[in-house]
Amino acid sequence: MKKEKKRMSNFQDVLYRFSKNKVSLIGVAILVVLLLVIIFAEQISPYQYGIKNNVSERLQGPSAKHWFGTDGYGRDIFTRVIHGAKFTMIIALPATLFAQAFGAILGALAAFYTKYVDGILMRILDVFQAIPGTLLALAVVAALGTSLPNLVIAMMISRIPGAARSARAIMLLLVGKDDIEAARAYGSNDWQLITRHVMPNALGPIIVDLTINLSAITLQVSSLSYIGLGVQPPTPEWGVLLSEAREYMQIAPHTILFPGIAIMLTALAFNLIGDGLRDALDPRLRD
Amino acid sequence: MADKKTLLDVKDLSIIYTSRNETIHAVNGIDFNLQKGETLGIVGETGAGKSTTAYSILRLLPERTAKVTSGSIMFDDMDLLKISDGLMQHGIRGERISIIFQDPMSALNPIMRIGDQIAEALKFHNKENLTKEELEKQVDETLQLVGIQKERKDDYPHQLSGGMKQRVMIAIALVCEPDLIIADEPTTALDVTIQAQVLAMIENLKERFGTSMILITHDLGIVAQMCDRVAIMYAGKIIETGTVKDIFSKEMRHPYTEGLFGSLPNLETKSSRLHPIDGLMPDPANLPTGCKFYPRCPHCMPICKENEPTNITSGTHIVACHLYDSEKEKR
Repeated sequence: MKKEKKRMSNFQDVLYRFSKNKVSLIGVAILVVLLLVIIFAEQISPYQYGIKNNVSERLQGPSAKHWFGTDGYGRDIFTRVIHGAKFTMIIALPATLFAQAFGAILGALAAFYTKYVDGILMRILDVFQAIPGTLLALAVVAALGTSLPNLVIAMMISRIPGAARSARAIMLLLVGKDDIEAARAYGSNDWQLITRHVMPNALGPIIVDLTINLSAITLQVSSLSYIGLGVQPPTPEWGVLLSEAREYMQIAPHTILFPGIAIMLTALAFNLIGDGLRDALDPRLRD
Repeated sequence: MADKKTLLDVKDLSIIYTSRNETIHAVNGIDFNLQKGETLGIVGETGAGKSTTAYSILRLLPERTAKVTSGSIMFDDMDLLKISDGLMQHGIRGERISIIFQDPMSALNPIMRIGDQIAEALKFHNKENLTKEELEKQVDETLQLVGIQKERKDDYPHQLSGGMKQRVMIAIALVCEPDLIIADEPTTALDVTIQAQVLAMIENLKERFGTSMILITHDLGIVAQMCDRVAIMYAGKIIETGTVKDIFSKEMRHPYTEGLFGSLPNLETKSSRLHPIDGLMPDPANLPTGCKFYPRCPHCMPICKENEPTNITSGTHIVACHLYDSEKEKR
């Protein structure tokens, strides 16, 4: 039996393993479609259809003219959903990524320097966590004013404590393990230990946490929009769509159905990709 | 410099672990030294303080709970307990002293290729500014030295057997050609066949590089095979030291050593049962006064409960036991 062994870089290796996971590729497919929709939104259906009121056609069900029907102001829901993708992603993606990155850094510091840093950091995060996430985000937006960047910052701040906590829990387990001690014994300094041993080993659980947070943040944006501190109407953000549709939910369920499906598919895509990535990053799960 | 050939000289080392409600006296004033090229075996049962001693040399003890209360560890005119963290990390760990861990299954990073792990140790101490290719070459050579084909350097730890993982650990320890290797029960997690192979390999490499070694074990068979000198630890104290010959000869043996040998199966005498030492090690949080071994000692005398025995020296052989005090002291 001849076994050919090709030297692959770690990155290629991860990519190869990821590509073998069919279910994750579905997630990638959904994400690609979403991306195309965001880029070509204007070509698919002009923004004007999504924000111009047309009372004579209000609350119509799905038809050839209005694929997803119309909302309470007679606006085309299909147009609003495809244009909303952009606003939702612009807020949720960076907010989640930054929150997770900061959380991981704080978590690593806390797990690594258990003597003082851990106590101090965790008590500060306790203070933040004592306030419900939405309320915290609300306070930040109220203080900074409503704009897209501020919304991102607010979402990020409200998610950092949770992210830091789960990162710390994972890394505490890792720091106590023999392989970290062994790496220290052959001369690694703290920075090398964190970046080369602790972080990579914690990446799997952190990515899973990230995918969960991403869908949670999408929904949180919508609740801020609902009380008027999120994305300002008539901007068609998915959360806004959901909260606007709440009034008509009983007489025109399609108004809530389509934005809901859009959010669900996006969350699903990120979860599938996250799962695939976690598996691909762990060499123990390959072959 | 007292002796040109002395590499490591540990004097009066005491280490305690503190927790909220008790203080554990893990190591209680031990002295030992190690010559260049020599192998010292540290023998003792679980909890005797062997590993604590080993880790303290590289300052790898958990800083929250462990504390060195007294003593010095002189390594080439440096007190390892006093040098800066930076020097410890760049100049000592991996570079001049390396350690082979007990459990190879958990001491390798599971998501890093083994070749990369060996290379990492090398990179941190890359004094000659070797290029990437030269580093790579040295990794290949080291792997071959420990009997692993260089093609396997792209493998991850889970793809290797236990014995191979231990070889990789040894490769990491060897790659910078340190002066001293501390092997903390290097074969405990391996089965006997692999154990023999690994030991033979360590012996081989040691001779080749002239490395000194501290071998921590509780297997007297390994000691006989590998070591030049032996220190026997009990409850944080070294109760007997000497050359392998001293320890294995039957005259002037500490009763504890006697017990250790009694716990071994013997091919020459016919007996249906082994004779283990009765009782358990004393609670290190609550050590007895006098000789630490008296509660289990078959030769216990009144004096043992009061005074700690002093070292009785006979050539290279040192025993700390009242049994060998001169006759008048016994009364």
